Amino acid sequence: MIAEFGLAALWLAAALAGLQLFAGFMGLRPGGGGIAVLARPAALVQALLCGISFLVLLWLFARTDLSVALVAANSHSAKPLIFKLSGTWGNHEGSMLLWVTVMALAGGLIAFIERRLPEKTMLATLGAQAFVALGFYAFLLFSSNPFERLPVAPMEGNGLNPLLQDIGLAFHPPTLYFGYVGLSVAFSFVVGALLTRQVTPEFARVMRPWVLGAWCLLTVGITAGSYWAYYELGWGGWWFWDPVENASLMPWLAATALLHSVSVLAARDALRAWTVMLGVIAFSMSMVGTFLVRSGILTSVHAFAVDPERGSFILALLALNIGGALAIFATRAGTVAEGERFSVLSREGALVINNVALSAILGIVLLGTLYPLLTEAFDVRVSVGPPYFNPVSAIFLFPMLVVLAIGPILRWRGDSFARIRMPVISLGLLLLVSIIALWVITGIGILPLLGLALALVVAVGSLLPLRGRSLRRLPIAVWGMVIAHFGVAVALFGMASDTAFQQERLVAANIGDVVEVGPWSAQLESVTPVAGPNWTAIEASLTLFYEGKEVTTAHPQARSCWSPPTETSEVALTTRRNGQLYTALGNQAEDGRWQLRLWWKPFVTWIWFGGLLIALGGALALVGRVVGDIRRRVAGKKITDRKADQEALAAEAAS
Amino acid sequence: MKRLRIFLWGLVGLALFLFGLFAYQLTQPKDEFVESAMIGQPIPAFDLRPAIADRPGLSSADLADGNAKLVNIFASWCVPCRAEAPHLETLRMSGAEIVGIAIRDREEDVNRFLAVYGNPFTRIGADDISEVQLSLGSSGVPETFVVDGNGVITYQHIGDIRADDVAMILEKLREAGA
Amino acid sequence: MKRLIALLALVLAAPLAAQDSLPPAPYAYNQLEDPELERKAHDLMLTLRCLKCQSQSIADSDAPMAGDMRHQVRTRLAAGETPDQIRTWMIERYGNYVSYEPRVTATTWPLFVIPFVLLLIAGLIIRGRLTRKAPAQEGAE
Repeated sequence: MIAEFGLAALWLAAALAGLQLFAGFMGLRPGGGGIAVLARPAALVQALLCGISFLVLLWLFARTDLSVALVAANSHSAKPLIFKLSGTWGNHEGSMLLWVTVMALAGGLIAFIERRLPEKTMLATLGAQAFVALGFYAFLLFSSNPFERLPVAPMEGNGLNPLLQDIGLAFHPPTLYFGYVGLSVAFSFVVGALLTRQVTPEFARVMRPWVLGAWCLLTVGITAGSYWAYYELGWGGWWFWDPVENASLMPWLAATALLHSVSVLAARDALRAWTVMLGVIAFSMSMVGTFLVRSGILTSVHAFAVDPERGSFILALLALNIGGALAIFATRAGTVAEGERFSVLSREGALVINNVALSAILGIVLLGTLYPLLTEAFDVRVSVGPPYFNPVSAIFLFPMLVVLAIGPILRWRGDSFARIRMPVISLGLLLLVSIIALWVITGIGILPLLGLALALVVAVGSLLPLRGRSLRRLPIAVWGMVIAHFGVAVALFGMASDTAFQQERLVAANIGDVVEVGPWSAQLESVTPVAGPNWTAIEASLTLFYEGKEVTTAHPQARSCWSPPTETSEVALTTRRNGQLYTALGNQAEDGRWQLRLWWKPFVTWIWFGGLLIALGGALALVGRVVGDIRRRVAGKKITDRKADQEALAAEAAS
Repeated sequence: MKRLRIFLWGLVGLALFLFGLFAYQLTQPKDEFVESAMIGQPIPAFDLRPAIADRPGLSSADLADGNAKLVNIFASWCVPCRAEAPHLETLRMSGAEIVGIAIRDREEDVNRFLAVYGNPFTRIGADDISEVQLSLGSSGVPETFVVDGNGVITYQHIGDIRADDVAMILEKLREAGA
Repeated sequence: MKRLIALLALVLAAPLAAQDSLPPAPYAYNQLEDPELERKAHDLMLTLRCLKCQSQSIADSDAPMAGDMRHQVRTRLAAGETPDQIRTWMIERYGNYVSYEPRVTATTWPLFVIPFVLLLIAGLIIRGRLTRKAPAQEGAE
C-alpha cells in the first residue's frame, strides 16, 4: 500500500507540474491573471508531494520491503540502516526520483521565498521550471518507476555493492544533486527573464543567491566525490578525468563563470548575454552529464543503468530543453545584446577574462570527453585521459589564476595602474622567485611547479582585498570572496604537491618487516581475520613511525562481502598536518608474504580542505548578499514610510 | 547583436551535432572488445615451453612452417573456453591445424581441462605471464587467430567460437592458404 | 546496477570469480630498484589503459593482465627501452585505445587544433571587449 501511495504522490506532483506550466504560460498572456495565480501554490504543493514520494521510497528501503522491485534489486536486510537509506539513491530509479524531488523542492522554494521579481517574470520562471520538470516526471513514471512491485517477493535482496556501502556515499550524491539540479533554478530564471525581457541588474541581484546556493552544494558534492573515490577505490587517485567526473565538473565550471557574470550584471548592467548563456549552459551540462552516465555510451567506472531506451528518452529531453532555451534566446537576442567595452584595468575586465577562461576550459573538457565517442562512429578507438586534459586545461587555467590574483582589488569601471602598481609588482616578483626556487631546488615537472608557484601567488593575492580595510566592519560577502579565492590556492597547492612529491612503496612483507616511504616507516605486526555485519576481512596491523618515532597504528583490510560477493580494499589513512600516509593490503603471495602498498602523499588533504573553503566562501557570499538585500529593503521601506509621513504632515499643515 | 545571433546559431548547430552523435551511438551495440592491431603483421618471435607432457611447446618458428594454422588462446580457468571446445573439434575435423597457448595455467589444470573437453591441439605453449598474449595484441581469453604459412596474422576472432562462427573461420583459414 | 557489479567483480578479481591460479608476474607488484626508473615506470603506467577493467590505468588495476602489463613496462625500462618506445610497443599491439595520451593522427588532429582555435577565439573576445582607455563618461549602459 505504501509503495502505491508513493507512486500516487508522484503522479499528483507531475499533474501539479502540468498545472504550474499552464498557469505560468497563461500568466504571460494579457488577461490570463485568473489561472496564473495558481502557479505559486502549484509549485509549493508539487514540492510537498514530491518530497512525500521520496520519503516513501526511503521508508521502503529502511524497512527492506522486498515486494518492491527496486528494494529487492538493491538492498539487503542485513545492511546497516544508514546504508539501507543511502541505497535509496544508489541506483538509477532512486537517483532519478532524487533528481525530480530536488527540482520540485527548488521550484517550491523560489515560489515560497522569492518576491523581488516582477510577477510576470516569476510566472515565466515557474513555467520554465515546470516544463523541464514535466519531462523528467514523464521519464520517471513511464520508464523508470521506482515503486514497481514484484509479483512474488524474493526471500532476500541482492544487496548493495560494497563500494557504495560507505559514509561517503551518504554525502556525495545528494549534495551533488542539490547542486546539479539546483542549477535548474538558474536555467528557469534566465528563461523567464528572457521571455519577459527582464534581464536587468535587479534580476541579477535576485538570481545571485540562488546560483551561489546551487554552486556551493555542487562544490561540496564534487569535493566529497573526489575524497570518496580517493579512499574507497584503493589506489589513492583523486581525479582521473573519467567521463563521469567530467560530467560533474562541466556544470561546475559553467556555474562558477555564471556567478561571476551575475555580479557584473548586478553591478554594471553588462554581460547580459554572457549571463543568460551561462545560465542555460550550466543546467544543460547537468542534463548532458545525466545522459552520459545513464546511457552507457561512454566507458566509465561509474556507469549506471545501461539501457539505450532510457538513454533515448533522456536525449529527447535534452534536445527539447536545450533546444527550446536556445531558441528563446535567439528570438530575444535583441534584449540582451550590448557591445560596451570595458577598461582592461577594471574589475569587469578581469571578470570577462575569467568568464572566457572558464568557458574555454569547459570546451576543452567537453571536447576531450566526447572525442572518443566521435571517433568510434568511424570505428576508430582512441583514449583521452590525464596526459591530455592536464596540460591543455593548464593553458587556460594558469593565465586565469594570474588574473585571479589581481582581479579582486581592481575597481569597477576603471582603475589606474599607479594604484595597483605595488601589489602587481610584488606578486610578479613572488611568482618569478618561486618558479626559479622550485626549479632549482626540486626536480619536479613544469605543471606541478607552476601549480605550486601560482598557488602561492593566488593565496597572497586573495588576501589583498583585506588590505587597508577594517576587518570587523568588512561585509560578509567580501569575506566570502576572500575565503573562496584563498580556498582555490589551498586546493591547487594540495594538487600540485601530491602530484610532485608523492612517494609509493610496493613490497611483499613478512610479519615483522619494516617498510619505509618518505619520512614514515611501517612495521607489519600481524595479519588477522576480522568480521563485520555483512563482511569478513583480513586485517593487517601496522605500527607506524614518523621520522623514527613511533606514532600510531594503521589497519588496512582486504574485505570480502557476501551479498553481492565482491572484494574491496579498505585503506588505512593516517593524517598529519603535512600530508597523509595511505596504506593498503593486497593478496598473500605463495611464499606467505603479504602484499603491502604504502603511499606518502604530502599535503594531499589540502585538496579537499581547499574545496570546502571554496564552498564556505560561497556560503558566506550568499549570506552576505541576502543580509545586505534584507537591510536594503528594510532601509528602503523606512525611507518610503518617512516620506509618506512627511507628505501626510505637509498635507495637514496645508489644509 | 548580429554577432550574438551568429554565435547562437553556431551553438545550436553544435548542439544538434552532439545530439545526433549521441543518438547514433545509442543505436550502436556497446563493444567492449579491444581488437588486436597486429592483424597483417608477422608473429613476433617467441618460444614457449610445453604446457603439458603430451604435446610439444610452441614457438614462432613453428607458425612459419608453410602451413596456415589457427592459434587458440585459452586457459583451464576460462569458462567460455569450455563452450567453444566442441567447435574447435569441428574445426580440427574439417582439416584445420590448431595450436594452443595456455595463459597462466598449471600443467595439471590444463591436463584436467583437456581430459574433460577434448584436445584439438597439435602443440600447446605455456604463457605464464601473458607475455606472448600481450605481444599478439590479445586482450582476453578465449581468442583465436588465423596465421598463414609465413607466420603473418590474417584474422582475429574475439570470444568463444560459436557454431555459426565455424564457417567464417574455415573460410579465413582457406584464404590464408590452408 | 548489474553492470556496476559486473565491472567491480572484474576490478576486484576475487578468488570467488574464475581466476587463474598462477602467481602474479615478478614485476607486477614489485618496484624497480632504481627510484628514477621506477618513477618513469609509474608515470608511464598511469597513462596506459587496463584492457580488462577498461576505466582504470594499469597502475591502478588489480587484474592479472594489468599485472602482466606492468611487468612488461618495468622489465623493458630496466632493459634500457624508453617510455615512448614501450608505449609504441603497446599501441602497435592494441591500437591507440590502450594509451591515455592521444597521439596526433589523421583522426585525432582536431583534439590538438581545437584548443588553439579556442585560444584564438578567447583572444578575439577579450580584445573585442577590453580597451585601454578608461571610459570617458558615466553612462547607464
